Amino acid sequence: MALLTKTRERRPTSFYFLAAFFALFVLFLYGPMLTIFILSFQGENGGLTFPMNGFSFHWFGNLFEQQAVGDFGGSFSRSLKLGLIVMVVTVVVSFMAGLAFRKRFRGDSVIFYLAIASLIVPSILISLGIGLLFNIVEWQPQWFTSALGAHLTWTFPFGLLIMFAVFNRFDPSYEEAARDLGASNWQTIQYVVLPMVGPSLIGVAMFSFTLSYDEFARTLMTAGALNTLPLEIYGMTTNVTTPVLYALGTVTTGFSFLVIALALGTVAIMRRRKGQKA
Amino acid sequence: MASDTSKRSSYFLISPMALIFAVFLVIPLLTIVVVSFWDYDEYRILPDFILENYKYLLGSSVTWSIYLNTLKYAVLTWVFTLLIGFTVAYFLAFHVRSLTWQIVLFMLCTIPFWTSNIIRMISWIPFLGRNGLLNSALINLGIVDQPLEFLLFSDFAVVLADVHLYTLFMVVPIFNSMMRIDRSLIEAARDAGASGFETLKSVIVPLSKPGIAIGSIFVITVVMGDFITVRLMSGGQSASVGLQISNEIGLLQYPAAAASAVVLLITVLLIVTALLRLVDIRKEL
Repeated sequence: MALLTKTRERRPTSFYFLAAFFALFVLFLYGPMLTIFILSFQGENGGLTFPMNGFSFHWFGNLFEQQAVGDFGGSFSRSLKLGLIVMVVTVVVSFMAGLAFRKRFRGDSVIFYLAIASLIVPSILISLGIGLLFNIVEWQPQWFTSALGAHLTWTFPFGLLIMFAVFNRFDPSYEEAARDLGASNWQTIQYVVLPMVGPSLIGVAMFSFTLSYDEFARTLMTAGALNTLPLEIYGMTTNVTTPVLYALGTVTTGFSFLVIALALGTVAIMRRRKGQKA
Repeated sequence: MASDTSKRSSYFLISPMALIFAVFLVIPLLTIVVVSFWDYDEYRILPDFILENYKYLLGSSVTWSIYLNTLKYAVLTWVFTLLIGFTVAYFLAFHVRSLTWQIVLFMLCTIPFWTSNIIRMISWIPFLGRNGLLNSALINLGIVDQPLEFLLFSDFAVVLADVHLYTLFMVVPIFNSMMRIDRSLIEAARDAGASGFETLKSVIVPLSKPGIAIGSIFVITVVMGDFITVRLMSGGQSASVGLQISNEIGLLQYPAAAASAVVLLITVLLIVTALLRLVDIRKEL
């Protein structure tokens, strides 16, 4: 037996093949992004492909001139606001639903299958359905009504599934202890449940913000007269043939990375605080 | 009494989610079904009950070839995402030994998922284009004399972009299934004399099936309904069901789009039902 464990300490050859495969996969994921990042610093006379014709911030400047590439500022601020609303609503509603699902209730499987359906129904159908509904009842589609609803059908399933995963591993004896000590229902949630599931809620927040911020298909027929950022980018792909497209890509990808870093940082801080208390 | 109030609180807690699903999922889908039987002219949609939209759709050979093309994309993407996703998940779950490294490498795979799909598609242009990196490299190496034209704006580009975008949907559930496999089973297989490959085949693959099924559902449904990837990466040279629907929407032919949507929905649901026979999703969380 000792001999067996000894040999297993050494990495098998397959490890090196798999590690190389994994490295290639990571290169495949990040490589294209890296090329547009580099090309967004293309010189003023440069084109959409290599070689680099000098180095400049010209295309970033171009991005902020309204007439050059449509309404970047307006669509960005709409996407940002929409993402934040979707985030808050998704966190609150998924948390509530997660609490509800800890007990059986009539119709629980209906809600569960609706969530799964919401995840697998093609996005363009949600877009078409909400667009038609608003058309028929003669409501004006707006980014903060119809598009908000369309985005929520995309973020709720993720929020609910994450909550399931959290509460399935959640030990109810902590709550029982709190109740035995005389805590009310609300106090139990505020002082016991929320601090414990906090990091997961940050995860739900990040998930829902970025899903909404980048959502295209569900916004197509629901955004109304004013574009969100993905719609603006999509419009640009058909009529912009300069590296300003890459500059936009670099800026919004940078913004996404910022959001991810913020979320991870918050979780790390929460974990550390909890560690200190314990 | 107590169970009564607790039931009431469950209903209160679930009501916001139920309401949103009712208004923005159930009613819109019913609207699509209803409108698919309506009539239309150049300017409006007209309430009616006709079967023309379906007759036209199902009677047209274009529809069938579009479905075939979409299925081709779905199957190719499924095969590649499954092979790559399984290998990556297998490496992370069984060859990376410390939990910290597992988390770090897993995050590395998931981060691109949080960025814009459209930007990720665009990012292939400088790589695959006529004067792109790949063509320059191939010419410099003397492998080809002329730039390859099929790299960008082709079926190849569509499948490549789909695989690029959606492999993560395979990695996550398969990795999740693999992490639950009791490690002593693998030791037992080894002790019984199984080779690494035999262990993979008779222990790991069968126990990863739920993850494979969930990943497959995600990938296949998302590719079946996709229209942006097909439009951007094929440069308008190929069609998919989603693209057909989006074109009909663009032409304001809503009842025709609705009929296409109903047929697509039924197709997707049939595929999912078949895959769900392999797995109980609720058990997997």
